[in-house]
Amino acid sequence: MSEISNAPTEQDIISFVIREARMIDQHRFEEWLELFADDGYYWMPLEWGQTEARLTTSLMYEDKLLLKIRVERLKGNRTFSQKPKSRCHHVLQTPQIDKFDHDANEYVTWTPMHYVETRLDEQTLYAAWATHTLAMVDGALKIKLKRVDIVNCDAAFGNIQLFM
Amino acid sequence: MVEYRGNVEAIKSLVRETEVHRDVYVSDEIFQLEMENVFANTWVYVGHDSQIPNAGDYFGTTIGTQPVLMVRHTDGKVHVLFNRCPHKGTRITTEGCGNTGKFFRCPYHAWSFKTDGSLLAIPLKKGYENTGFEQSHAGKGMSAVKHVHNYRGFVFAKLNDAGPEFEEFFSESLSSLDNMIDRSPAGRLEVAGGVLRYMHNCNWKMLVENQTDTCHPMVAHESSAGTAVDVWKNAPPGSKKPMAVEIFVPFMSPYEFFENMGIRVWPNGHGHTGVHHSIHSDYSVVPGYFEQMTAAYGEARAKAILDENRHNTVYFPNIMIKGPIQLLRVFRPISANKTLVESWTFRLVDAPDLLLERTLMYNRLINAPTSVVGHDDLEMYERAQEGLHVDANPWVNIQRLYDPGEVADTIAVTNGTTEWQMRNQFRAWSKFMTMTM
Repeated sequence: MSEISNAPTEQDIISFVIREARMIDQHRFEEWLELFADDGYYWMPLEWGQTEARLTTSLMYEDKLLLKIRVERLKGNRTFSQKPKSRCHHVLQTPQIDKFDHDANEYVTWTPMHYVETRLDEQTLYAAWATHTLAMVDGALKIKLKRVDIVNCDAAFGNIQLFM
Repeated sequence: MVEYRGNVEAIKSLVRETEVHRDVYVSDEIFQLEMENVFANTWVYVGHDSQIPNAGDYFGTTIGTQPVLMVRHTDGKVHVLFNRCPHKGTRITTEGCGNTGKFFRCPYHAWSFKTDGSLLAIPLKKGYENTGFEQSHAGKGMSAVKHVHNYRGFVFAKLNDAGPEFEEFFSESLSSLDNMIDRSPAGRLEVAGGVLRYMHNCNWKMLVENQTDTCHPMVAHESSAGTAVDVWKNAPPGSKKPMAVEIFVPFMSPYEFFENMGIRVWPNGHGHTGVHHSIHSDYSVVPGYFEQMTAAYGEARAKAILDENRHNTVYFPNIMIKGPIQLLRVFRPISANKTLVESWTFRLVDAPDLLLERTLMYNRLINAPTSVVGHDDLEMYERAQEGLHVDANPWVNIQRLYDPGEVADTIAVTNGTTEWQMRNQFRAWSKFMTMTM
């Protein structure tokens, strides 16, 4: 019974994805990290339509430990590439629910977005699709996988220092 | 402002024994002269022949700023052609790489060329009769780079007739490429995993110098590798050290580690760090690999190959390889203050996939535009590109462990924190820059 009473609604799923982006924009990185399941991954493929991350390079394919290193680094006194700090801004379309499966405890959304990252006088715009795979873990929604496909994933980029 | 074109003395005066003038990094004129001289008189890396396994396969790239394509001809030979139609200049290839079949066909007027560049056909050819067309540039087909050398799959080209022959140019430095290739039980590498492309707003030579700069990791990368060490300290006791931590931790090794690893310099600007050990020496054993190597080479030879753990080998002018993890970085010059860094990875043919997996993780963590280590380095390069505009001191210092008895174009092994390899590169730079002036 508890699974059913804890089961998320479609609106819960959509709100989660929107709030996740807001946490990044507000630099609430430690809170953001807690949105990931312990075995969760953040994946930013390098190739168009990439299907695996082990033997094909990605821009990012990071477990919670690597994400924690990033979050800690952003605060570091000697993190010179963050002096001054970068800022970012997400504009999301309403997340579309592609899978809503209580029995499998799997909820998948697809969210087109524009992402802006700035530092000093530079501002760069990226267009991407975020695919969230969520699950209920101990009564709360958690990210099992956040996949970000940048439209021009194979282009030569300068620094991308925050999280899309 | 000094004018450098045709002024050999002015160019030579930019490189002193222990310092170089900032114009080598910031002057547009010097950059243009580098493209015409340094990148024409030396053997420049073009690509790997596993990228073009079949007849008609091609791969587009640049030598300096010259667009070229590497193509497998009908007879299996690799040619390097300038990537323009001899008619109006249109780039011939449609994609960055692909297969063109038996011939290239220009999409503008349908002129076609064999895969060695020679002219095959022109529509309405009789329009050129009695015009002296055969004597024109266009009548000769696509221009080919004359000097091409395929060394165990690695294709290099030299644009000018001047400059040393391939074997003379690289001499003993080829031992680093050999070691990278020999690590495959089949003695063969294949490009694999995809290429990371990272744009840098700095001069290409800053990147080349940084490859043998062993006094920066524990400082510039304290933010990334140092944080990785700290975060790992808080892991529950008994946790298995993850591959990523194994990759990050050696960056934080103390100065002694880098002093003792040693640096070897070779003639013509080549050199490497990690004569005795490197940050790649202590990676976990990959099950089954040593057995495969022993079967292929015998135990003694297999051990000798795997005990060589060179860190970064610089091949002048603009690539670096890491033999122990089969990684090659190309520092592609775009302008005096802009460089495209491509980081390529290779599969060791017949070796376990876990080795490629580790190589790709290294590339992702260290060389991607999303890499925290990359962010650390790029911040320093960009600050230097800016700071070099200070007129009060126009010199960059490369004096560390300088010995007045140091000579150019020699082979030596010395302390791993020396800046000899940077001096070696600039001596080569000066030589190849002025060789044909």
